[in-house]
Amino acid sequence: MLVYADNAATTKMSQAAIDIELSLMREVFGNPSSLHSAGQRAKEVLEEARATIAECLGAEPREIYFTSGGSEADNQAIMTAVNLGARKGKKHLVSTAIEHHAILHALEAMKARGCEVTLVPVGRNGIVSAADIAEAIREDTALVTVMAANNEIGTIQPIEEIASLCKERGVIFHTDAVQAVGHIPIDVKAMNVDLLSLSAHKFHGPKGVGVLYCRRGLAPAILIEGGAQERGRRAGTENLPAIAAMARALKDACDNMAQNAVFVGGLRDRLIDGLSVIPHSVLNGDREKRLPNNVNMCFEGVEGEALLLMLDRKGIEASSGSACTSGSLDPSHVLLALGLPHEVAHGSLRLSLSEYNTPEEMDWIVEQVPLVINRLRDMSPVWEGLEDGSRPHII
Amino acid sequence: MLYSEKVMDHFENPRNVGKMEDADGVGEVGNAKCGDIMKMYIKVDDGGIIYDVKFNTFGCGSAIATSSIATEMIKGKSIDEALTLSNKAVVEALDGLPANKIHCSVLAEEAVRAAVKNYYDKKGVAYDPELFKESEDPHELACELPLSGGINPADIHIKPAQK
Repeated sequence: MLVYADNAATTKMSQAAIDIELSLMREVFGNPSSLHSAGQRAKEVLEEARATIAECLGAEPREIYFTSGGSEADNQAIMTAVNLGARKGKKHLVSTAIEHHAILHALEAMKARGCEVTLVPVGRNGIVSAADIAEAIREDTALVTVMAANNEIGTIQPIEEIASLCKERGVIFHTDAVQAVGHIPIDVKAMNVDLLSLSAHKFHGPKGVGVLYCRRGLAPAILIEGGAQERGRRAGTENLPAIAAMARALKDACDNMAQNAVFVGGLRDRLIDGLSVIPHSVLNGDREKRLPNNVNMCFEGVEGEALLLMLDRKGIEASSGSACTSGSLDPSHVLLALGLPHEVAHGSLRLSLSEYNTPEEMDWIVEQVPLVINRLRDMSPVWEGLEDGSRPHII
Repeated sequence: MLYSEKVMDHFENPRNVGKMEDADGVGEVGNAKCGDIMKMYIKVDDGGIIYDVKFNTFGCGSAIATSSIATEMIKGKSIDEALTLSNKAVVEALDGLPANKIHCSVLAEEAVRAAVKNYYDKKGVAYDPELFKESEDPHELACELPLSGGINPADIHIKPAQK
């Protein structure tokens, strides 16, 4: 059995999205900036896609800016607030310790422009408290950026509450909603969000395309100069087939959100219940306030990369916050931010699901994971120490 | 593919894996915080030949593979030969390792040396301490980095609220 359980990394494109992308490649090849009919046809398709996406987010079409994906949108959002802040002498940026690297590295880069950064820690449940964010905001705060849902542990952050308090304090609020859009309800207007990033390939759309939502009245910073596309804020001929495919995938995700959440949430709970019986295991992140598709657990005495390789041999494709899988030697900053010690964080497993998964696949995972864990624990000197008492159990 | 077929073979079918109750020498290197620990056990006959080897490893695929192949490379060899085992030889025997996994081969070399040192200590064999001087382990150095993701811990100013 082949089980793809790494949907937080990327999803399989939907057939509807593939069909649209291919048909546009064949039939609507014009440049949306051209005046002739082929160009104007392309322009129509582009604006239809923009309108569809705006509707899914509770935004206006003119507030939707197409980008190359979530990372670009995150960078553009931060730059937007930094540029605006610079004009008012505001140089303080607030975020959390569990953001995606696209945020953390972009914030780090802003230090070279004289910005100060405050990363607010999260509780053991992987959720930041709005009160802690409020406490971090200063007179010179130019931006608060908090992810809508975490990519590793799936915890849903109180962005509505945080956005409201930012509005009260006159601070721009951005949310990296890459893992959330299409999975949980997002309404930028109702939630008072100023800037939002999303990425198509997290909801069965194509890779390399995303959106920056930028509230009317705010002008997105220009990262790429060279043309009048996207209201002059993002130059480059639009990737029309991908944009239209993204719009279709997002519409499908939003139309089916409630039923998908019930189905996928059921699969998730089946996994959590089935895997929690493994001794010395722990679920990372809040049990309730989490994405319907996310399972993230640590197993003491095993290392994540070895776990992934063995699961891959059983046809189970998953992910880990283990250092060894990231190319760096440090385990996930998200797991460490939960207060997990390094040695436990090394033994993490993320299983992220979609509506393409089946209950039978969950049963296969629940059957195979304990076998692999036992095999690795049998050869683990750490486990030996935990069992003979020379090393204290942490979980 | 991240790893060579040889690495995957040793990872999936590790040779000489397990614990040895009556070992003549035991060496343990690495630390759990950094994500790998290797423990190597050796049995040595009167002629100074390592006639049995076992290992247990907590670590990634390449950590398991390097320990497995290192046991094969020293089994049946004399102590002196075992001490000449280099991390480079381990990497070559595995048909290469990705650059960020070279430290696993260093650990394998050190595990063998640690087991021999323990054997010498137990037996009361005199040796030049220089022989077991710790090498500069790139793994240990890298492990000092506090957090991944480019987070500077100094940026985390606010104490978590009581929950």
